[in-house]
Amino acid sequence: MNPIAHSPHAHAPLSIPKIMAMVMLALTPATLYGFWLFGWPAINLWVISLTSAMLGETLILRMQSRPVRPALQDGSGILTAWLLAISLPPTAPWWLVVLGSLFAVIIGKQIFGGLGQNVFNPAMAARVMLLISFPLEMTSWVTPAPLTSAHALSWLEGLRTTFLSQPLDAMASASLLGHVKTEFTRGVGLDQALVGHFSTMDAIMGSRVGSMGETAALFLLAGGVFLIARRIITWHAPVAMLLGVAVPALLFHAIDGNHYSGPMVHLLSGGLMLGAFFIVTDPVTSPNTALGQFIFGAGCGLLTWIIRTWGGYPEGVAFAVLLMNSATPLIDQYVKPRIYGRDRKGAALPVNKES
Amino acid sequence: MKLFNLRGGVHPEGHKALSALHVIRELPLPKHLYLSLQQHIGAPAAPVVQVGDRVLKGQVIATAQGNVSAAIHAPTSGTITALGDWVSPHPSGLTAPTMTLASDGKEQWIETPTVADPFALAPADIAARVGAAGIVGLGGATFPAALKLNLSRNSGVQTLIMNGGECEPYLTCDNLIMRERAAQVIEGIRLIALAVEAKTVLVGIEDNKPDAIAAMQQAAKGTSVKVVSMPSMYPMGSEKQIIQVLTGNEIPAGGRPADIGVLVHNVATAYAVQQAIRFGRPLISRIITVSGGALNQPCNVEALIGTPVQELIDFAGGYRLPATRLVLGGPMMGQQFTNTQVPVLKGTSGVLALTASEVGQAEASPCIRCATCVRACPVGLLPLEMAAHIRVSDLTGAVELGLRDCIACGSCSYVCPAHIPLVHYFNYAKGDLAAQERSKLKQESTKKLAEARTERIARIERARAEAAAKRKAAREAKERAAAAAKAATEEA
Repeated sequence: MNPIAHSPHAHAPLSIPKIMAMVMLALTPATLYGFWLFGWPAINLWVISLTSAMLGETLILRMQSRPVRPALQDGSGILTAWLLAISLPPTAPWWLVVLGSLFAVIIGKQIFGGLGQNVFNPAMAARVMLLISFPLEMTSWVTPAPLTSAHALSWLEGLRTTFLSQPLDAMASASLLGHVKTEFTRGVGLDQALVGHFSTMDAIMGSRVGSMGETAALFLLAGGVFLIARRIITWHAPVAMLLGVAVPALLFHAIDGNHYSGPMVHLLSGGLMLGAFFIVTDPVTSPNTALGQFIFGAGCGLLTWIIRTWGGYPEGVAFAVLLMNSATPLIDQYVKPRIYGRDRKGAALPVNKES
Repeated sequence: MKLFNLRGGVHPEGHKALSALHVIRELPLPKHLYLSLQQHIGAPAAPVVQVGDRVLKGQVIATAQGNVSAAIHAPTSGTITALGDWVSPHPSGLTAPTMTLASDGKEQWIETPTVADPFALAPADIAARVGAAGIVGLGGATFPAALKLNLSRNSGVQTLIMNGGECEPYLTCDNLIMRERAAQVIEGIRLIALAVEAKTVLVGIEDNKPDAIAAMQQAAKGTSVKVVSMPSMYPMGSEKQIIQVLTGNEIPAGGRPADIGVLVHNVATAYAVQQAIRFGRPLISRIITVSGGALNQPCNVEALIGTPVQELIDFAGGYRLPATRLVLGGPMMGQQFTNTQVPVLKGTSGVLALTASEVGQAEASPCIRCATCVRACPVGLLPLEMAAHIRVSDLTGAVELGLRDCIACGSCSYVCPAHIPLVHYFNYAKGDLAAQERSKLKQESTKKLAEARTERIARIERARAEAAAKRKAAREAKERAAAAAKAATEEA
């Protein structure tokens, strides 16, 4: 005899591993582009991040005597490590990656009770931890050296960069947001600072200085649109985040164009595209309702712009996300859907026979 | 006609073509029929025949008990052979008081009162005849129809909505009855409208049934009945949702459709009403969808109430693939059953034999707060939050989030990527709440009885004391009188 089962006796063809796989698929173009753009160090970085996340998850679950297999199979740990990897400088040393990846899955997720329980986005928590602890390593950027170009690093050189922290002085560079900030401290305005450092076309295509998989705005956007089309995510948080950055940028740029970067510079810089489509859409740490997600996204965007503009760090996506993560329970408390037959306050609608 | 938007909802795969392509066929007469006394919401019917009695087709064999109940009629002629417990369509296989009728194969009808012009009947008369026919809501709720008609007329219903939504996957019985018996259905609808004196009559049919819409529109020509095509979405056929999509109004929380001047009935009920009024035929059969990927020839059958489900499965050619799950009703809200000897009830709309891939069951994994359930909920609830409260037995918290507003449609469970049985949590919590309320009532009444007893004892004591005091006073008075008399005698 069959065990007793409750209705419904049918199920939509969706599961958590499928959702995670879909997100990874959406990340693949940007990641492959990052591999090509930054060469072997980027590939090493990605492999180390994923491997250490899986090992770390196995270790912590063993220590807690909890089943390991389901946690590894749901794909969430791999996705977290993946997101962390592409948000790191491509030439980051191996220990930095290992540390970040372990922090993400152990402190960021499993300590809270595993999948679905964490308050903060694990990848962003790890990124912020690394940025505060190792500011030098986390802001050492290199100019892109595509795998197919003449000055690309060989496989062996890639290993040396990742594992022996071989200095790459010849290729050292600054990210756009960092460069602008530095120029401001020297009293140089945007009219000069941006010259030769920002081209909208390069930024869209991703051929710029930056984190491993954050540079290709177009690929990230395409991945995000794919996820929205497949109904894995909704448009609310991403659009709100982009607006949260673009609207104040537009306003302040109009007021003082020499001191405030315009919306295009902001939208196509740093980790904004990755953040908008892959970070603020993290279901675990974002609100439940469409309106809540919109508020959350807008908050992330606005905070990002504020930190970039007036904060001590050139980039603010990770900080903004963590700050808004902590506001998620509050948003969920106040933003709830209206229940059928009740008004917004929860009182029953009036009886009306004439209608 | 302008339609109104609904919140949430899901689009499960319909699987309707499995059974919708064939005409309704009549099931061969079964040897035995098992007639449960509880085929409706309310009090079970009381038997009025005894074991060994011969009954005619359409004869009353159990009468309604109390206000909310429905009579049961013999679906064929034959002999009552038993009155006792028989397996009921409960997932656990519970038994229920059931009459067994051995058919004699003669199909001999009892004399039935026919009405030449049913539209000349008084509204109360129509309701009385519907009640006498033992008609209940055939959409699945099985609420006694006559009671609903009377309540609606008394509360001044303006709009009659006929539910032809049939949003449950697999089920096509309403589709076929509208396609093949549109004239009778329309007549039944007009009779219901007459019984409640409704001014507007709307028939809502999902747009995945174009043939049924066409047939009904054809049959409704020249009448005040308006046939409306609605978008296909689950749970469109839910009372609250069909009212919202057609009128834009919502039933106030905790209220009934009559609160906003609406009555909703199922189209199959309309057919039963027409048969009862025009031909005096009680509700002794219904159309049932027999479907599912595990069956050889899914179909729609007209089966007598009380037919063992196994006969329907046999009629559909038996199993083609192993049936992982047997379901009575639709897959979204239907009930699992395991014993195929369960009888067809008045509210049985479907018998499904589903394969493992159709059921799509999987182990539940942790909630990732993806809020797919929030988007799917047609009521506007937060299923994930409610389940989190129920998991730690915080029923108060779940009620504050709107547990009582949940219509148990199963949309949340259906879409949950973590396969969390959300609606199971909610039904469990509702059951627990009901039990708590019952025990509270019991406690209160026990307390009242105890108080009454204390008070009674005190009263008796008081009365006793008063009587004793009276006796004492009387005795003393007597003694005084005697003493006075004695003194008087002595003086004399």
